[in-house]
Amino acid sequence: MGIYFDHAATTPMSQPAIDALNQQISRIGNASSLHTQGRSVRREVEEAREAIARIAGCGPSEMIFTGSGTEANNLAIKGFYWKRVHEDPARTVIVISAFEHHAVLDPVEWLESHEGAHIIQVPIRADGVIDLEALKDIVEQNRSKIALIAVMHSNNEVGTIQPIREVVEIAGDIPVHTDAVQSFGKVDFNFDELGVTSATISAHKVGGPLGVAALILERGIDITPILHGGGQERDIRSGTLNAPSIVSFAAAAEDAGTNRDSRYVAIRELRRYLIDSLRRVLPDIRVNGDVEPSLPGIANITFPGTESDGLLLLLDAEGVASSTGSACSAGVPQASHVLLSMGISERDARSSLRFSLGASNTRAEIDHLTSVIESVVERARAAHLRH
Amino acid sequence: MKVIAAMSGGVDSAVAAARAVEAGHEVVGVHLALSSNPQKYRSGARGCCTIEDSHDARRAADVIGIPFYIWDMAEEFHDGVVENFLSEYAAGRTPNPCLRCNEKIKFAAVLDRARALGFDSVVTGHYAQMRETELGRTMHRAEDPLKDQSYVLAVLNKTQLDGAVFPLGDTYKEEVRKEAKRRGLYVANKPDSHDICFVPSGNNAGWLHDRLGTETGPIVDEDGVKLGEHQGAYTYTIGQRRGLNLTVPAEGGAPRYVLNIEPKSNTVVVGSHEALAVSAIEGEKAIWCGPVPTPATNYRGFAQVRAHGSPLACTYSTDSERISVQLDEPLFGLATGQGLVIYDGDRVVGSATIDATE
Repeated sequence: MGIYFDHAATTPMSQPAIDALNQQISRIGNASSLHTQGRSVRREVEEAREAIARIAGCGPSEMIFTGSGTEANNLAIKGFYWKRVHEDPARTVIVISAFEHHAVLDPVEWLESHEGAHIIQVPIRADGVIDLEALKDIVEQNRSKIALIAVMHSNNEVGTIQPIREVVEIAGDIPVHTDAVQSFGKVDFNFDELGVTSATISAHKVGGPLGVAALILERGIDITPILHGGGQERDIRSGTLNAPSIVSFAAAAEDAGTNRDSRYVAIRELRRYLIDSLRRVLPDIRVNGDVEPSLPGIANITFPGTESDGLLLLLDAEGVASSTGSACSAGVPQASHVLLSMGISERDARSSLRFSLGASNTRAEIDHLTSVIESVVERARAAHLRH
Repeated sequence: MKVIAAMSGGVDSAVAAARAVEAGHEVVGVHLALSSNPQKYRSGARGCCTIEDSHDARRAADVIGIPFYIWDMAEEFHDGVVENFLSEYAAGRTPNPCLRCNEKIKFAAVLDRARALGFDSVVTGHYAQMRETELGRTMHRAEDPLKDQSYVLAVLNKTQLDGAVFPLGDTYKEEVRKEAKRRGLYVANKPDSHDICFVPSGNNAGWLHDRLGTETGPIVDEDGVKLGEHQGAYTYTIGQRRGLNLTVPAEGGAPRYVLNIEPKSNTVVVGSHEALAVSAIEGEKAIWCGPVPTPATNYRGFAQVRAHGSPLACTYSTDSERISVQLDEPLFGLATGQGLVIYDGDRVVGSATIDATE
């Protein structure tokens, strides 16, 4: 059995979510059908919607189910852009933080290359938090031209939580989208209290199934749909609802919500133990974005003089799963744009690994990592020198 | 052994990796990303640089049940192979990029990295055989004469070959395809790659034109009489007959061939077939695949000058840095820059880069 330190990529399904999925998967009925079976499924879906909404701090009608977090982010970015440009052709500017996830970054770049959008990136401070003063200047200088602002709620690679309430304040009447995929169910996230216009959450990051997520979109706001068809979700998202997965998502969200604070403390403590343990054997490691508030389990660590794909290969061979930044479509490892945005050199960015811990991890697993890390780093350094 | 299997996404490297697993080795599959922007080499390019190929390689690794990673060798490939390819053409020579790739990438950068990470060898799907003989571990031609790739591997020195495993050398290609099918590898019917992997659709001349520019120059005969014009001397190859577009016909209508390319004066020299005859070949930068021969002048062996050329009986001499070959029978049309590979029967003795012919 391998040691899994990649919970930010996806985390095992929780038991309540598994039970819910098992129970639902054999049921018949399309939630849009008018007959008895359809109504019965519809009821389950709506109850699930309400449950998730309670935990996310939004109204049930504000929850638009999608097939993935990527889809929800695309829907928000493109939907707001098209709607706002349609209302006022001068509003072509999209303001995003410089370290957004690719599911936000790439649709924005696509709009720039295909739809005449202009991107302004808000710089990130060395500690992994958005530079609010810079955002203020950007908004002041471009207010009438901005279609939307997108700043992630917490960063998926370094774990730092962003001051979204302040972003909303600066934005005024400009829509603000936040990608809260990593935050939902793990740290305090409340849609109403934040005051954002839209937010993305995803089931499989909180112990739910793959293939279901949601865009939370403020009531009364219409955006341009990407998928056209049956209009199942407020006429903004079409496609037969994935009822079993939605019900399972709700079970996972409730489980995550109920245990959130105790898990936060336990996982945060494990993360500290991991960093302290590694530092004991490798005093020259650097932890990127080591500030409060942060996601509990993410430890992004630079191992100077190594190359992260070598580290990953060797750790995998030792039974430890970790992650490098991201790879291009062909799988070529890239220096993390997140780390680069924090002012970390390309070289150091290429020497960094992300460990993301979850509720199932133990100190014994971290002890195993600590016992192999020295020889792994030594070999990765040798490989880097020859490379 | 712990081995890295270099997996291009083709059928050969997939079966080679599977055989390495079966032989009891601990195998990790690696696909080499040879362009930092895979789209760049993508359109129509065949070989090992596309997104689809990397997916094919990953899927094959899944089927075989081995870990799989992508190694970024784009910089090394560009500096060691693509740049060399361009500069060789610009200098009027005809390079073989597959030789350079084996020499600088697969059995240098990759092998070095593999060894540093704690692996012993690199496994590839090349068709050649490593054997234990009284001379030590030596490289020999593959069983399948049509697929034999010992020529393009002859640039590897003994240390590199000691870290190389070629599980397919004893098998015919058709058998390898059948075996792939048996193993459930869906790349079983993937066509062979023939073109230079970074040149789309085999359009070598067009690719060179785009990068080296077009500079018209004279096409002359051996006496220097101008017979026509060309659009860039580097797009010609010694021995080439077609596409010369000469305006002055030869006496008696005999066909004319490219005899020489002079990059400095940007001149292409043409002449008769007889003038192409080569009976002496000089090679520089000798590399020995097995024991280094003691300097001598009277070795008998076979010379091969093209990847799929015939072995030519010869006498050769060497001071271990250079190789001089005297062919028994003349050869017609031979470009400098090509690899000269010496065989002793089916054993690869070594190679050199041709820098002069006579």
